[in-house]
Amino acid sequence: MTVTRVLRPFSALLALLALTTVLALPRARAVGSSPPLANPVLEARYQHLIEEVRCLQCQDLNIANSPAPLATLMRQQIRRMLLRGESNRAIKHYLVARYGDFVLFKPPVDRETFALWWGPFVLLVLGVLVLLTIIVRRARRDARDPLRSTE
Amino acid sequence: MSAVRTRLLFALPLALIGTLVLIGWIGLKHNPSRVPSPLIGKPAPVFSLPRLRHPALRLTERVFRGRPTLFNVWASWCVTCVAEHRVLMSLAGRGVRIIGLDYQDHRRAALAFLHRYGNPYRAIAYDPRGISAMNWGVYGTPETFVLGPHGVIRGKIIGPLTRRVVRRRLLPLLRRLSSSRARA
Repeated sequence: MTVTRVLRPFSALLALLALTTVLALPRARAVGSSPPLANPVLEARYQHLIEEVRCLQCQDLNIANSPAPLATLMRQQIRRMLLRGESNRAIKHYLVARYGDFVLFKPPVDRETFALWWGPFVLLVLGVLVLLTIIVRRARRDARDPLRSTE
Repeated sequence: MSAVRTRLLFALPLALIGTLVLIGWIGLKHNPSRVPSPLIGKPAPVFSLPRLRHPALRLTERVFRGRPTLFNVWASWCVTCVAEHRVLMSLAGRGVRIIGLDYQDHRRAALAFLHRYGNPYRAIAYDPRGISAMNWGVYGTPETFVLGPHGVIRGKIIGPLTRRVVRRRLLPLLRRLSSSRARA
C-alpha cells in the first residue's frame, strides 16, 4: 500500500523507462529468417537488400518483414546469389526481370519512371514561373499607377 | 480584366478538380495486386522439372513448342484454384492445350485434387519449392500464362480464369496466336 503510494508520482517516469528499455532491445530479425551469413559483409548486404525488395504477396511490406511464403523464397534466392558472389546490381536485375520494377521500393530511373522522378521538380519550376510572372506583372502595373497599390 | 477572362479564371479550379476526380476514378478501377509481367514478349524461362503424375519423366520449356498453350500455375491448397478448375476443364474439353505447374504443393495432395475435380492438364510440372515458379515471376496462385506456338509468352492472367476473362481476353488472344501460326 505504502509502496504504491510512494511510487505513484514516478509512475509516468517508470512507464517511460519501460518503454525505452523495450525500444532499446536489438531489432527483431526478419520473420522466419535463416541464421546469419558467416561473412559479416555479405550479411550486411543481405539485410540491406531484403529491406529494399517488395513482397508481392503483401505489397506494403518488404521481404524482410513479410511472413508470406513468397518472401521466404525471395530471401532464400537472395542469399544463394550473395553466396555465389553476385553483385547487388545483378541480384536486383534478377528480381526486376521476373517481377518488374514494382518489386523494388525505390524504382530505377529509366524511360518509364522518368515522369515519376522528375515530374515533381518540373511542376515546382512551373509553379515558380507562374508566381514570378504574377509578381512581375503586378510590379509593372504598380509602377504605371502608383496610387492603386495603396488605394 | 475582360468578362471572358474572369470566367476562364473561374473555370480553372473546376478543371483542376475534374482532372483530380478522373485520376482518382482511374486509381479506384486499377487493381494494384495485378502487377504486369515483364516477361511478356520473351521466350519461356528455361526449366526442367519432374512431372507430377510421372516423376521419372521431366518437363522442360520445350513442351510449349508447336501450338498455343496455356501454362496454369495452381496448387491443391489454393481455394481459388478450385473455383477456376471448372473453367479449365471446359477449356480442355474445347481442345485448348493446358500445361500445369503445381506450385509449393505435396504430390499426394495434388494427385488427390486432380482425382476429385478432374484433370484438364496435358502435363503437369511439379515444383514443390517454387524455384522454377520464381523464374516465371509467379507471386500467387492461380496465374495463367498464354504462350505462342514458338514458346514465347504472349499474355498473363493473374487471378482465376472466369468465363468472362476467357471470353474477353483469353479466347481472342488464342485466336490471334493460332492465326499468326499460319503466317509464321
